[in-house]
Amino acid sequence: MVNTSQENYLEYRGRFKGLMGWLTSTDHKRIGLMYMYAIMFFFIIAALLGLLMRIEKIAPGQTIMDAQTYNGVFTIHGIIMIFIIVIPGLAAVFGNFFLPIMIGAKDVAFPKLNLLSWYIYIAGAIMGILSQFIGGGAPDTGWTFYVPYSAESGTNVMFALLAAFVLGFSSILTGLNFIVTIHRLRAPGMTWFKMPLFPWSLYATAWIQVLATPIIGITLLMVIAERTLNIGFFDPALGGDPLLFQHLFWIYSHPAVYVMILPAMGVVTEIFPTFSQKPVFGYGAIAISSLAIALVGYFVWGHHMFTTGISYWSRWFFSFLTFIVAVPSAIKVFNWISTMYGGSIDLKPPLLYAISFIFLFMIGGFTGLTLGALATNVQTHDTTFVVAHFHYIIFGGMGFAFFAGIHYWFPKIYGRMYSNRLAYIAWGILFVGFNLLYFPLFVIGIQGMPRRYFDYLPQFQTGHVISSIGAFILVAGLVVMFYNLIYYRRKGEIASANPWKGVTLEWQIPSPPPLENFEEIPVIKDKPYTFDNKEEKASTGN
Amino acid sequence: MFNGASNLAEGVDKTFVFIFIIAFIFIIGLTVFMIYTLVKYSRKKNQKAKQFRGSVKLEILWTVIPLVLVILMFYYGWVGFAPMRQVPDDAMRITAIGRMWEWEFDYGDGKLSSELVLPVNKPVRLDLVSEDVNHSLFIPAFRVKEDVVPGYDNYLWFTPYYIGDYEILCTEYCGLLHSSMVSKTKVVEEDKFEEWLANLEARGDIPDPPGLVLLKETGCLACHSDDGSRLVGPSFKGIYGMERIVVSDGEERTITIDDDYLRSSIIEPDRDLVKGYNKGLMQSYRKELNDDEIDQIIEYLSTFTPEGN
Repeated sequence: MVNTSQENYLEYRGRFKGLMGWLTSTDHKRIGLMYMYAIMFFFIIAALLGLLMRIEKIAPGQTIMDAQTYNGVFTIHGIIMIFIIVIPGLAAVFGNFFLPIMIGAKDVAFPKLNLLSWYIYIAGAIMGILSQFIGGGAPDTGWTFYVPYSAESGTNVMFALLAAFVLGFSSILTGLNFIVTIHRLRAPGMTWFKMPLFPWSLYATAWIQVLATPIIGITLLMVIAERTLNIGFFDPALGGDPLLFQHLFWIYSHPAVYVMILPAMGVVTEIFPTFSQKPVFGYGAIAISSLAIALVGYFVWGHHMFTTGISYWSRWFFSFLTFIVAVPSAIKVFNWISTMYGGSIDLKPPLLYAISFIFLFMIGGFTGLTLGALATNVQTHDTTFVVAHFHYIIFGGMGFAFFAGIHYWFPKIYGRMYSNRLAYIAWGILFVGFNLLYFPLFVIGIQGMPRRYFDYLPQFQTGHVISSIGAFILVAGLVVMFYNLIYYRRKGEIASANPWKGVTLEWQIPSPPPLENFEEIPVIKDKPYTFDNKEEKASTGN
Repeated sequence: MFNGASNLAEGVDKTFVFIFIIAFIFIIGLTVFMIYTLVKYSRKKNQKAKQFRGSVKLEILWTVIPLVLVILMFYYGWVGFAPMRQVPDDAMRITAIGRMWEWEFDYGDGKLSSELVLPVNKPVRLDLVSEDVNHSLFIPAFRVKEDVVPGYDNYLWFTPYYIGDYEILCTEYCGLLHSSMVSKTKVVEEDKFEEWLANLEARGDIPDPPGLVLLKETGCLACHSDDGSRLVGPSFKGIYGMERIVVSDGEERTITIDDDYLRSSIIEPDRDLVKGYNKGLMQSYRKELNDDEIDQIIEYLSTFTPEGN
């Protein structure tokens, strides 16, 4: 089955060599890695901005920066993290690299469009970074751009809005590409319910990207029109409605949270069966849960606005639906754990990260219910409780799933192995640092510490100090992890084609994969995640 | 356990406890179960994995149980929240004004305070007004928070239970000094509150009394000045209790201007006409003003005594 007749995608030399060979490549694997390198670069910047914030907050009053700088730093931290890192994140990196392979295709449906999406992404990302430095100073509106403040602030709000607008196009085009790829390019015999679950999660995600992103695009343009032409969409001084902005913003930005977390769920869903050598428990339930989350997730945006003065019954319905959308996530957690139960479990770094994902995601999920309940929302809304909640979901959830994914697919991507020992050490540091950094924010949030505060009351200092210590530990963990991955990608032991004994299609081809993935397009006969009698029921066509 | 600083604290805190207990049971339970699974089914002990793919019974079980629990959580949250929107009729009304970056509390009659002083055990309703961007008024101890949005008539209410000082914070990001937009609630005994309010200097604009508003709106002041100058009709200056010579049915008589005279002058201006003014210049305001409004105007004009202005 494994053959070496074709050059692998890393060595392949087309019309150009070196960097140009990558920048002009329409190979989905190279584009996936180009996304990953860009995301890593921006992640380091945004993480350092986060660390600066934590240093500032180590004591009340001014520590290392003034209030205006702090407001700019948390805004850029948010814009980079949300729009440049976690929204494209898993889908753009692992989706691009593995979606075509996992469904038995040679590439995505529109390879050139795929490359264009990357360039649009880079253009938007560079604009986002530039907005920090040029003209009127770093935007200071928060990543949520609430009007009327964003219509009045003298900083580079326009540039940041345009950056988010441009990034949106990249997201839409990638989503469109994936939808068509999944509909049209599945290998012969791979029916919808024989498709692995990572592609399922990408499918649900892609629809959100295509349907919800245009709304934020239009909304951001409306703010730009308001700033430049004084059209009063949102500013009450011009006859507008400030809550209209918040509605439009969250109609996109809430589903966007699912754009972040659904692929993360997809990644860990691949990891549990492989390291348990056991089929996914409740395949159908997990696939349908992804779609249910994507669907119901459209109708819960109002829970970001519980305290804005929306009507009593609006609050009632948005709260109710918020609780309903929690159920499919719970179903997934039960199924993941049951997948491991009864298996033959090998606790390798990818599984360790995936289990941490479940743990952190549960904390994030339950604190989300605290925010979704109307009474407790009143106390926790816009406090550091929210900050802790979404960092548990997005960093503890999406972030740790990303770490799980890169440790899982690293040998496939580079054909080499990282150091297991370093991976375990990095995990330990990250896990401790993460919880120290974010858990105290729950506590002081309930006590009444608002978010986006440059300064704070002395009673909150203990929590802030613990949190800041956690930030240093977390960054140390990131350094170890990055070192391990970057160094061993060239120097590690040569990895076999299937080091984890996985059964999805990416493990049936050489590591690194050949240029066109498959010598011959496989024909699918079995249910997905069939571990027993592999030899007789080989799922590839050779 | 639930002796919060306001009437709303108990509902909020009960919801916290309910959700946190369930969360704790699930997070600890599932984590312990995961660790148990990892140990029991580790590859060292267990070379061969069981190959089952699911169970409809279990799927139904762990769909229904979470569904019931989350609906219960929702219900608790709703029950704790509902009273926050039901303001008692006797609640004292104070306007809370948010502007970059300070709070101001308007007690009426131009009495403005930068701190919110309140009598203990009295319901109070805060009407939230923004003069610029979005703010949010948060008093953590009372479990109240509502955004202060320009152009929106938002409100919140509560009854403080204990004497003491409580922080007021702004929780909607509002620019440079957002984190300095803090103030204090001082809950005091009722008599101390009355004393404080009586001594509070009126700094703001005193709103017009309703009678004056009606005089302006109805256009009375176009013909009747309030400073003694003669316009189309006689001035209001010093009018109440003044003796005037009027012409009634062609006969001159002296009357003292009182409530009845003012009323009849509004309804039938030509009946007792002040000497020196012509008939037919003023129409009856019977249709424009109802009895209450006429009373308000008279009440206002009754302050225009000869000794006064």
